[in-house]
Amino acid sequence: MRRVAVVVFPGSNCDADTLHAARAAGCEAYFVWHRERDLRQADVAVLPGGFSYGDYLRSGAIARFSPVMAAVAEHARAGGQVLGICNGFQILCEAGLLPGALMRNAGLRFLSRPVWVRVEASDTPFTCLYERGEVLELPIAHGDGRYAADPQAAADLEARGQVVWRYVRDNPNGSTNDIAGICNAGRNVVGIMPHPERRIAPVLGGQDGARLFLSMEAGHATQHAVGVRAVGDRHPGV
Amino acid sequence: MKAFRVEVRVMPRATLLDPQGQAVEHALHALGFAEVTAVRIGKHLILEVTAPSKDDAAARARAMCDRLLANPVTEDYSVLVEAA
Repeated sequence: MRRVAVVVFPGSNCDADTLHAARAAGCEAYFVWHRERDLRQADVAVLPGGFSYGDYLRSGAIARFSPVMAAVAEHARAGGQVLGICNGFQILCEAGLLPGALMRNAGLRFLSRPVWVRVEASDTPFTCLYERGEVLELPIAHGDGRYAADPQAAADLEARGQVVWRYVRDNPNGSTNDIAGICNAGRNVVGIMPHPERRIAPVLGGQDGARLFLSMEAGHATQHAVGVRAVGDRHPGV
Repeated sequence: MKAFRVEVRVMPRATLLDPQGQAVEHALHALGFAEVTAVRIGKHLILEVTAPSKDDAAARARAMCDRLLANPVTEDYSVLVEAA
Protein backbone atom coordinates (compact mmCIF):
# COMPACT_ATOMS: atom_id res chain seq x y z
CA MET A 1 0.00 0.00 0.00
CA ARG A 2 1.59 3.23 -1.14
CA ARG A 3 1.49 6.38 0.95
CA VAL A 4 -0.05 9.26 -1.01
CA ALA A 5 0.10 12.81 0.35
CA VAL A 6 -2.65 15.01 -1.10
CA VAL A 7 -1.51 18.58 -0.55
CA VAL A 8 -4.24 21.06 0.39
CA PHE A 9 -3.73 24.73 -0.47
CA PRO A 10 -6.14 27.52 0.44
CA GLY A 11 -8.45 27.35 -2.55
CA SER A 12 -7.91 23.69 -3.46
CA ASN A 13 -11.27 22.17 -4.32
CA CYS A 14 -10.49 18.74 -5.81
CA ASP A 15 -8.56 17.56 -2.76
CA ALA A 16 -11.34 15.36 -1.35
CA ASP A 17 -12.08 13.77 -4.75
CA THR A 18 -8.37 13.08 -5.25
CA LEU A 19 -8.02 11.54 -1.79
CA HIS A 20 -11.04 9.36 -2.48
CA ALA A 21 -9.69 8.26 -5.87
CA ALA A 22 -6.33 7.31 -4.35
CA ARG A 23 -8.02 5.37 -1.53
CA ALA A 24 -10.36 3.64 -3.98
CA ALA A 25 -7.25 2.44 -5.82
CA GLY A 26 -5.92 0.95 -2.61
CA CYS A 27 -3.47 3.67 -1.60
CA GLU A 28 -3.02 4.94 1.94
CA ALA A 29 -3.91 8.55 1.20
CA TYR A 30 -3.94 11.50 3.58
CA PHE A 31 -4.10 15.29 3.45
CA VAL A 32 -1.09 17.52 4.03
CA TRP A 33 -1.88 21.19 4.72
CA HIS A 34 0.21 23.58 2.66
CA ARG A 35 1.86 25.09 5.74
CA GLU A 36 3.33 21.73 6.75
CA ARG A 37 6.95 21.11 5.83
CA ASP A 38 6.91 17.32 5.93
CA LEU A 39 5.19 14.90 3.55
CA ARG A 40 5.23 12.21 6.27
CA GLN A 41 7.11 9.50 4.37
CA ALA A 42 4.95 9.84 1.29
CA ASP A 43 5.68 7.65 -1.72
CA VAL A 44 3.64 9.99 -3.92
CA ALA A 45 2.82 13.68 -3.54
CA VAL A 46 -0.30 14.87 -5.34
CA LEU A 47 -1.14 18.53 -5.91
CA PRO A 48 -4.90 18.60 -6.57
CA GLY A 49 -7.05 20.89 -8.65
CA GLY A 50 -8.65 24.11 -7.50
CA PHE A 51 -7.87 27.78 -7.33
CA SER A 52 -5.02 28.12 -4.87
CA TYR A 53 -4.75 31.70 -3.62
CA GLY A 54 -7.60 32.66 -5.92
CA ASP A 55 -5.31 32.30 -8.94
CA TYR A 56 -4.05 35.78 -8.03
CA LEU A 57 -1.13 37.11 -10.08
CA ARG A 58 -0.95 33.86 -12.11
CA SER A 59 -2.43 30.42 -11.47
CA GLY A 60 -0.08 28.63 -9.08
CA ALA A 61 2.32 31.56 -8.75
CA ILE A 62 1.75 32.09 -5.03
CA ALA A 63 1.10 28.47 -4.04
CA ARG A 64 4.52 27.49 -5.30
CA PHE A 65 6.03 29.39 -2.37
CA SER A 66 3.91 27.60 0.24
CA PRO A 67 6.09 25.94 2.90
CA VAL A 68 5.09 22.44 1.74
CA MET A 69 6.51 23.07 -1.73
CA ALA A 70 10.09 22.83 -0.45
CA ALA A 71 9.28 19.28 0.68
CA VAL A 72 7.59 18.52 -2.66
CA ALA A 73 10.63 19.79 -4.58
CA GLU A 74 12.98 17.77 -2.39
CA HIS A 75 10.80 14.67 -2.87
CA ALA A 76 10.94 15.20 -6.65
CA ARG A 77 14.70 15.79 -6.65
CA ALA A 78 15.18 12.53 -4.76
CA GLY A 79 13.25 10.71 -7.51
CA GLY A 80 9.96 10.59 -5.59
CA GLN A 81 6.75 10.60 -7.56
CA VAL A 82 4.76 13.81 -7.92
CA LEU A 83 1.46 14.34 -9.71
CA GLY A 84 -0.16 17.70 -10.38
CA ILE A 85 -3.75 17.81 -11.58
CA CYS A 86 -5.09 21.02 -13.15
CA ASN A 87 -4.12 23.71 -10.62
CA GLY A 88 -1.51 21.24 -9.38
CA PHE A 89 -0.04 21.12 -12.90
CA GLN A 90 0.05 24.93 -12.93
CA ILE A 91 1.84 24.96 -9.57
CA LEU A 92 4.43 22.42 -10.76
CA CYS A 93 5.19 24.58 -13.80
CA GLU A 94 5.43 27.74 -11.70
CA ALA A 95 7.76 25.88 -9.32
CA GLY A 96 10.00 24.85 -12.21
CA LEU A 97 9.44 21.15 -11.50
CA LEU A 98 7.91 20.85 -14.96
CA PRO A 99 8.89 22.91 -18.01
CA GLY A 100 6.60 25.47 -19.65
CA ALA A 101 3.61 27.37 -18.31
CA LEU A 102 -0.18 27.34 -18.44
CA MET A 103 -1.85 30.44 -19.84
CA ARG A 104 -5.36 31.74 -20.37
CA ASN A 105 -7.49 29.52 -22.63
CA ALA A 106 -7.30 30.74 -26.23
CA GLY A 107 -11.09 31.19 -26.23
CA LEU A 108 -10.91 33.15 -22.94
CA ARG A 109 -13.76 31.15 -21.43
CA PHE A 110 -13.62 28.87 -18.44
CA LEU A 111 -14.33 25.40 -19.84
CA SER A 112 -16.06 22.65 -17.89
CA ARG A 113 -16.81 19.70 -20.14
CA PRO A 114 -15.48 16.31 -21.23
CA VAL A 115 -12.52 16.13 -23.58
CA TRP A 116 -10.65 13.25 -25.17
CA VAL A 117 -6.99 12.64 -24.61
CA ARG A 118 -4.65 10.05 -26.06
CA VAL A 119 -2.13 8.37 -23.78
CA GLU A 120 1.22 9.15 -25.39
CA ALA A 121 3.49 7.60 -22.77
CA SER A 122 2.80 4.58 -20.59
CA ASP A 123 6.23 4.56 -18.94
CA THR A 124 5.41 6.98 -16.15
CA PRO A 125 4.36 6.06 -12.61
CA PHE A 126 0.87 7.39 -13.37
CA THR A 127 0.20 5.75 -16.73
CA CYS A 128 1.83 2.33 -16.45
CA LEU A 129 -1.55 0.54 -16.54
CA TYR A 130 -2.64 2.29 -19.74
CA GLU A 131 -1.74 1.29 -23.27
CA ARG A 132 0.03 3.87 -25.37
CA GLY A 133 -2.43 5.22 -27.94
CA GLU A 134 -5.53 4.63 -25.79
CA VAL A 135 -8.05 7.45 -25.97
CA LEU A 136 -9.63 8.47 -22.67
CA GLU A 137 -12.65 10.64 -21.96
CA LEU A 138 -11.88 12.94 -19.04
CA PRO A 139 -13.44 16.21 -17.89
CA ILE A 140 -11.66 19.53 -17.91
CA ALA A 141 -12.53 22.47 -15.68
CA HIS A 142 -10.09 25.29 -16.23
CA GLY A 143 -9.64 28.85 -17.42
CA ASP A 144 -5.86 28.72 -17.67
CA GLY A 145 -5.18 25.47 -19.49
CA ARG A 146 -3.24 26.54 -22.55
CA TYR A 147 0.10 24.81 -22.22
CA ALA A 148 2.80 27.13 -23.54
CA ALA A 149 6.44 26.35 -24.22
CA ASP A 150 8.84 28.00 -26.63
CA PRO A 151 9.48 26.02 -29.84
CA GLN A 152 12.78 24.60 -28.61
CA ALA A 153 11.29 23.48 -25.29
CA ALA A 154 8.32 21.92 -27.08
CA ALA A 155 10.65 20.10 -29.49
CA ASP A 156 12.67 18.79 -26.54
CA LEU A 157 9.50 17.50 -24.87
CA GLU A 158 8.53 15.66 -28.03
CA ALA A 159 12.03 14.27 -28.65
CA ARG A 160 12.26 12.90 -25.12
CA GLY A 161 8.78 11.45 -25.08
CA GLN A 162 7.71 13.77 -22.27
CA VAL A 163 4.23 14.43 -23.68
CA VAL A 164 2.12 12.03 -21.62
CA TRP A 165 -1.39 12.98 -22.81
CA ARG A 166 -2.48 14.85 -25.92
CA TYR A 167 -5.92 16.25 -26.76
CA VAL A 168 -7.57 14.49 -29.68
CA ARG A 169 -10.70 15.39 -31.66
CA ASP A 170 -10.37 19.00 -30.51
CA ASN A 171 -7.93 21.16 -28.61
CA PRO A 172 -10.07 22.95 -26.03
CA ASN A 173 -7.64 25.66 -24.94
CA GLY A 174 -5.11 26.23 -27.72
CA SER A 175 -2.28 24.39 -25.98
CA THR A 176 1.02 23.92 -27.79
CA ASN A 177 1.10 20.64 -29.78
CA ASP A 178 -2.32 19.73 -28.26
CA ILE A 179 -0.53 18.94 -25.00
CA ALA A 180 -2.82 17.91 -22.12
CA GLY A 181 -0.15 16.56 -19.78
CA ILE A 182 3.62 16.12 -19.55
CA CYS A 183 6.34 14.65 -17.39
CA ASN A 184 9.80 15.85 -16.44
CA ALA A 185 12.99 14.39 -17.90
CA GLY A 186 13.24 11.97 -14.99
CA ARG A 187 9.62 10.89 -15.62
CA ASN A 188 8.80 10.98 -11.89
CA VAL A 189 6.97 14.34 -12.00
CA VAL A 190 3.78 14.44 -14.06
CA GLY A 191 1.18 17.15 -14.71
CA ILE A 192 -2.24 16.80 -16.34
CA MET A 193 -4.90 19.44 -17.04
CA PRO A 194 -8.00 17.17 -17.20
CA HIS A 195 -9.38 15.61 -14.02
CA PRO A 196 -8.86 11.82 -13.82
CA GLU A 197 -10.17 11.82 -10.25
CA ARG A 198 -13.60 12.75 -11.60
CA ARG A 199 -13.82 9.60 -13.75
CA ILE A 200 -13.06 6.66 -11.51
CA ALA A 201 -16.42 4.83 -11.46
CA PRO A 202 -19.38 4.33 -13.78
CA VAL A 203 -21.58 6.32 -11.40
CA LEU A 204 -19.37 9.36 -12.12
CA GLY A 205 -19.96 9.07 -15.84
CA GLY A 206 -16.97 6.92 -16.64
CA GLN A 207 -13.87 5.31 -15.23
CA ASP A 208 -11.18 6.25 -17.71
CA GLY A 209 -9.28 8.02 -14.92
CA ALA A 210 -9.24 5.09 -12.48
CA ARG A 211 -6.12 3.43 -13.84
CA LEU A 212 -4.08 6.55 -13.16
CA PHE A 213 -4.59 5.94 -9.45
CA LEU A 214 -4.22 2.17 -9.85
CA SER A 215 -0.94 2.86 -11.68
CA MET A 216 0.13 4.94 -8.69
CA GLU A 217 -0.63 2.06 -6.33
CA ALA A 218 1.10 -0.44 -8.64
CA GLY A 219 3.96 2.02 -9.08
CA HIS A 220 6.66 0.27 -7.09
CA ALA A 221 6.65 -2.50 -9.71
CA THR A 222 7.68 -0.06 -12.46
CA GLN A 223 9.79 2.31 -10.40
CA HIS A 224 13.03 0.51 -11.19
CA ALA A 225 12.41 0.43 -14.93
CA VAL A 226 11.54 4.13 -14.97
CA GLY A 227 14.68 4.93 -12.99
CA VAL A 228 16.88 3.04 -15.44
CA ARG A 229 15.36 4.80 -18.43
CA ALA A 230 15.97 8.20 -16.89
CA VAL A 231 19.69 7.67 -16.43
CA GLY A 232 21.71 10.69 -17.46
CA ASP A 233 18.64 12.90 -17.73
CA ARG A 234 18.04 11.48 -21.20
CA HIS A 235 15.16 9.49 -22.43
CA PRO A 236 15.20 7.52 -25.66
CA GLY A 237 11.55 8.28 -26.35
CA VAL A 238 8.59 5.96 -26.28
CA MET B 1 16.47 54.86 3.65
CA LYS B 2 14.30 56.66 1.15
CA ALA B 3 10.86 55.97 -0.15
CA PHE B 4 10.34 55.04 -3.79
CA ARG B 5 7.43 54.28 -5.98
CA VAL B 6 8.14 51.35 -8.28
CA GLU B 7 6.02 50.70 -11.32
CA VAL B 8 6.33 47.22 -12.78
CA ARG B 9 4.96 46.45 -16.21
CA VAL B 10 4.50 42.76 -17.03
CA MET B 11 3.60 41.84 -20.61
CA PRO B 12 2.95 38.51 -22.29
CA ARG B 13 5.89 37.68 -24.51
CA ALA B 14 5.32 39.04 -28.01
CA THR B 15 5.66 35.62 -29.66
CA LEU B 16 2.83 34.13 -27.57
CA LEU B 17 -0.85 34.28 -28.33
CA ASP B 18 -2.58 37.04 -26.34
CA PRO B 19 -6.27 36.17 -26.64
CA GLN B 20 -7.34 39.05 -24.38
CA GLY B 21 -5.54 41.56 -26.57
CA GLN B 22 -7.12 40.04 -29.68
CA ALA B 23 -10.61 40.19 -28.17
CA VAL B 24 -10.18 43.85 -27.24
CA GLU B 25 -8.79 44.63 -30.70
CA HIS B 26 -11.90 43.08 -32.28
CA ALA B 27 -14.15 45.05 -29.93
CA LEU B 28 -12.39 48.31 -30.83
CA HIS B 29 -12.84 47.55 -34.53
CA ALA B 30 -16.53 46.87 -33.91
CA LEU B 31 -16.79 50.32 -32.29
CA GLY B 32 -15.29 51.94 -35.38
CA PHE B 33 -11.70 52.36 -34.22
CA ALA B 34 -10.38 50.92 -37.44
CA GLU B 35 -6.94 52.47 -36.93
CA VAL B 36 -6.08 49.91 -34.23
CA THR B 37 -3.68 47.34 -35.66
CA ALA B 38 -2.71 45.48 -32.49
CA VAL B 39 -3.63 45.29 -28.80
CA ARG B 40 -1.71 43.48 -26.11
CA ILE B 41 -2.75 43.27 -22.50
CA GLY B 42 -0.45 42.90 -19.53
CA LYS B 43 -0.30 43.83 -15.86
CA HIS B 44 0.73 47.03 -14.15
CA LEU B 45 1.85 46.79 -10.53
CA ILE B 46 2.66 49.76 -8.30
CA LEU B 47 4.86 49.05 -5.29
CA GLU B 48 5.83 51.43 -2.53
CA VAL B 49 9.25 50.50 -1.19
CA THR B 50 12.08 51.85 0.88
CA ALA B 51 15.69 51.50 -0.23
CA PRO B 52 19.06 53.21 0.27
CA SER B 53 19.06 54.46 -3.33
CA LYS B 54 17.11 54.44 -6.55
CA ASP B 55 19.46 51.83 -8.01
CA ASP B 56 18.94 49.57 -5.02
CA ALA B 57 15.18 49.93 -5.34
CA ALA B 58 15.38 48.98 -9.02
CA ALA B 59 17.63 45.99 -8.34
CA ARG B 60 15.27 44.70 -5.65
CA ALA B 61 12.27 45.20 -7.91
CA ARG B 62 13.94 43.20 -10.67
CA ALA B 63 14.63 40.43 -8.16
CA MET B 64 10.92 40.49 -7.23
CA CYS B 65 10.00 40.16 -10.90
CA ASP B 66 12.41 37.28 -11.44
CA ARG B 67 11.12 35.37 -8.43
CA LEU B 68 7.39 36.11 -8.42
CA LEU B 69 5.91 39.00 -10.33
CA ALA B 70 6.65 37.73 -13.85
CA ASN B 71 6.82 34.23 -15.27
CA PRO B 72 10.14 33.96 -17.12
CA VAL B 73 8.63 31.40 -19.53
CA THR B 74 5.81 33.58 -20.81
CA GLU B 75 6.29 37.18 -19.75
CA ASP B 76 8.68 40.12 -20.03
CA TYR B 77 8.81 42.95 -17.53
CA SER B 78 10.11 46.46 -17.15
CA VAL B 79 10.71 48.45 -13.97
CA LEU B 80 10.37 52.20 -13.47
CA VAL B 81 11.49 53.77 -10.17
CA GLU B 82 10.60 57.26 -8.96
CA ALA B 83 11.15 59.03 -5.67
CA ALA B 84 7.91 58.80 -3.68
